[in-house]
Amino acid sequence: MKITPLIGLEVHLELETKSKMFCGCPADHFGKKPNTQTCPVCLGLPGALPVPNKKAIESCLQIGLALQCSINTISKFDRKQYFYPDLAKGYQISQYDEPFCSDGFLFLDSGKKIGIERVHLEEDTGKLQHKTLNGQKVTLVDYNRGGVPLVEIVSRPDLSSSAEAKEFLKKIHEIIRALGVSSVDLEKGQMRLEPTVNLCLENEIGSHYTPLVEIKNINSFNFASQAIEFEITRQAEEFSQTGIEKSSTNKTTRGYDAVKKNTFLQRSKEEAKDYRYFPEPDIPPFIIDAGYVEKLRQKLPLLPDQEIANLEKLGIDKKDAKILVSSNNQVALQTIKDYSTNSIVDIQKLASLIVNGKINSDQNLIEQYDKLTKIGTTDRTELTKVVREVLATHPGLVAEYQGGKASLAGFFVGQAMKATRGTADPQTLASLVADLLS
Amino acid sequence: MKPLHELTVQEVHEGYRNHTFTCVQLVQHFLDRIKKYNPRLNIYLALNEHALEQAAAVDREIVEKGIDRELLGIPLAIKDNFLTTGLTTTASSYILKGFMPQYDSTVTEKLLAAGAIFLGKTNMDSFAHGSSTETSDFGPTLNPWNPKHLPGGSSGGSAAAIAAQLATAALGSETAGSIRQPAAWVGITGFKPTYGRSSRYGVIAMASSTDSPGPLARTVADAALITQVIAGQDVKDATTSPLPVENYLGSLNKPDLQGLKIALVKEYLLPEMRSDVKELILAAADKLRSLGATVEEISLMDPQYAIGVYTVVQRSEVSSNLSRFDGIRFGHDRSAFGQETKRRIMLGTYTLSAGYYDAFYKKAQAVRTKIIEEFAEVFKTYDAVIGAVSPGPALPIGATKDQPMFGEMEDILVEASSIAGLTSAGIPCGFVDGLPIGLQITCDQFQEEKALMIADCYQQNTSFNLFPDLDQTL
Repeated sequence: MKITPLIGLEVHLELETKSKMFCGCPADHFGKKPNTQTCPVCLGLPGALPVPNKKAIESCLQIGLALQCSINTISKFDRKQYFYPDLAKGYQISQYDEPFCSDGFLFLDSGKKIGIERVHLEEDTGKLQHKTLNGQKVTLVDYNRGGVPLVEIVSRPDLSSSAEAKEFLKKIHEIIRALGVSSVDLEKGQMRLEPTVNLCLENEIGSHYTPLVEIKNINSFNFASQAIEFEITRQAEEFSQTGIEKSSTNKTTRGYDAVKKNTFLQRSKEEAKDYRYFPEPDIPPFIIDAGYVEKLRQKLPLLPDQEIANLEKLGIDKKDAKILVSSNNQVALQTIKDYSTNSIVDIQKLASLIVNGKINSDQNLIEQYDKLTKIGTTDRTELTKVVREVLATHPGLVAEYQGGKASLAGFFVGQAMKATRGTADPQTLASLVADLLS
Repeated sequence: MKPLHELTVQEVHEGYRNHTFTCVQLVQHFLDRIKKYNPRLNIYLALNEHALEQAAAVDREIVEKGIDRELLGIPLAIKDNFLTTGLTTTASSYILKGFMPQYDSTVTEKLLAAGAIFLGKTNMDSFAHGSSTETSDFGPTLNPWNPKHLPGGSSGGSAAAIAAQLATAALGSETAGSIRQPAAWVGITGFKPTYGRSSRYGVIAMASSTDSPGPLARTVADAALITQVIAGQDVKDATTSPLPVENYLGSLNKPDLQGLKIALVKEYLLPEMRSDVKELILAAADKLRSLGATVEEISLMDPQYAIGVYTVVQRSEVSSNLSRFDGIRFGHDRSAFGQETKRRIMLGTYTLSAGYYDAFYKKAQAVRTKIIEEFAEVFKTYDAVIGAVSPGPALPIGATKDQPMFGEMEDILVEASSIAGLTSAGIPCGFVDGLPIGLQITCDQFQEEKALMIADCYQQNTSFNLFPDLDQTL
């Protein structure tokens, strides 16, 4: 039986705008004193109304453009309704059927095209803290994060292995960083991953699909990869035992336990949520002008794949180029660009030295390069004197050389090098020996 | 001289200018009346303890600078769904009992900046869910014309405050009829601006896509002045319009209505409507004709469809807007919601549920678009559409009992204009059984100037703008 995993990814990214999505509170919430960055809007006080953040919409459109999406002319926000204590209004302002961006794609290094279903904008929720206060177990709510702009990228289920999923995630990570809209620090929760996994099992009878499983809120690429691996095995086993196939009602939600390295059931179909989406009446729909989109497209920075291709054109090894781009070493990339037209510096060597950690990016790159690749004195006038002296002290060997023992050339070069205490360029010495003896 | 409680804004300012009375005297006069009549009428839920201090400050300002703010020293009654710092704001709901707002609504902020003094917060249907004030968690307000009758709603407290002359003017909000219907039932002037003309920021939301703050006042001129102050784009409300605000006061005092075309909607003279009410509306049409306007009968979609649309859209939005009262904050859990509120939350939750959304909410929005298009077509030919505000006069206390669609049936004639976001004035046009009847003059979006102009001309040429003598009616 042939098993093909069908993996889709939902990626949530916190944007680093100055203010929150729908109010003027600072969006930078990490490590701030609880509930110090709130206002009537993000606390969901009665009467407060959301006013969308233009910069956040622009960032969302940039992400969409970088992922080759089409930008929808008409777009709107919707209310996604559910109860949770960290959700101040009882609904999250998100986008349902008319997201800002849809139908994009991303290429893996293998050339495989991964579809991007949509890129939309929403608001983050607050955070719960479970604590013991005065001997009582309590849950506290911090609304500082509530209302921070969050972009959701949804891929099509085109990925067929955990390795592909990891590569996809890394690429998204690099693209977002290149766009400069978020530092996408996974440890700070700025990038959260939710793989959806099922399997296509083919045997002589036909194809069978296992029920969809969504794995919630993973904050590392390795965990995502491990969770997917675990699911693939688990679903194949489950199918062999139960034979249950995917239906429109049997999608389940699972969590990932990083310690046990397994996934566990969180919500089954009986508890499936009905979010009762409807258009957000407090925010009029958006009409996005094609000219504006074009302007944004032109303002896009160089994206990782383009940057790698450019480095390759300079003769840099693809492997090195990828490492350079993914390490996001701007100083190194700029230096390479600056010296790419300079014939003295071997760009490929410079790149390789940086990649291999021989050159420290905190100091002057070219000085270090010179030291590491020093070719020695090439001053022919000065070296001619040295070679003449060496030849003069070994008249017998000179005669032997002239008699046909060409291998003695190496000896003369070595003696000259010794006389310069190793500071001469061996190639220059070799050519002088040949010239002076001919 | 007229008693202080019978003065319009303009007359109050004349009194200040001529030193006939001070702001402190005026405010004290209203506080005395409130003390005397409010226990019976249940109009004010909370009073401003600082009103007299603020009045004293106004008196000093008048001495120093004269009157250079539009509403300087004007005592206002404020519907209890507008957030006002320093004054509890409950939307007449038990769940928000004692809620002290952290910020001011944009329109009340504007009123204060214009120099107004808030006397207090007025009763309403709880969360504006109704057309009677009977759904208030703090008991109904009584109709100043006859305390056995309802004042209408949801802005029933603000409307009754004007009819009972317990404030010079009042602020209300309309989602569908909530200004015009109580104004009609207590016989005063109410004005609903276009949706998006006045800011909803800081107004406890009922139906976000139709809520519209507006004035309840003694005259159209007073209503125009207050609208002038509260209208305009608000950076805190993304649904407000960037269109410039016209000069409403400048459009008033027209000698006639020459050249205007007015439509009288046949379907709005409902078959079940009392004949004496119909006659008043037809008489109003004749009056407009005699003032020079052309009035023609036209046909519009049966108003029952507007009820269907409004019920679905409004309940849906209500169910969502009230989900923030989740029991974690605000002091009370959801069991504190009143019956009507619970009913609306349940219906709205149902209409938005998976599988029903298309059948209800989407269809309702499609019909809403039809209604908007129909009005747009009418306004290509006509300047205004007129009709009765309500099918009849104020109903007796208790009329809403076991009538979940009570509000909608009483608002049948105003819901279409609300869901189309139009502007509309409600003014008295006569009496039946000793109770007032209201006429609505509805104009296209952002045609406030025209609606106010027609209403003002009609009001100045009729004598229905009467106020009850509380010592006789109560």
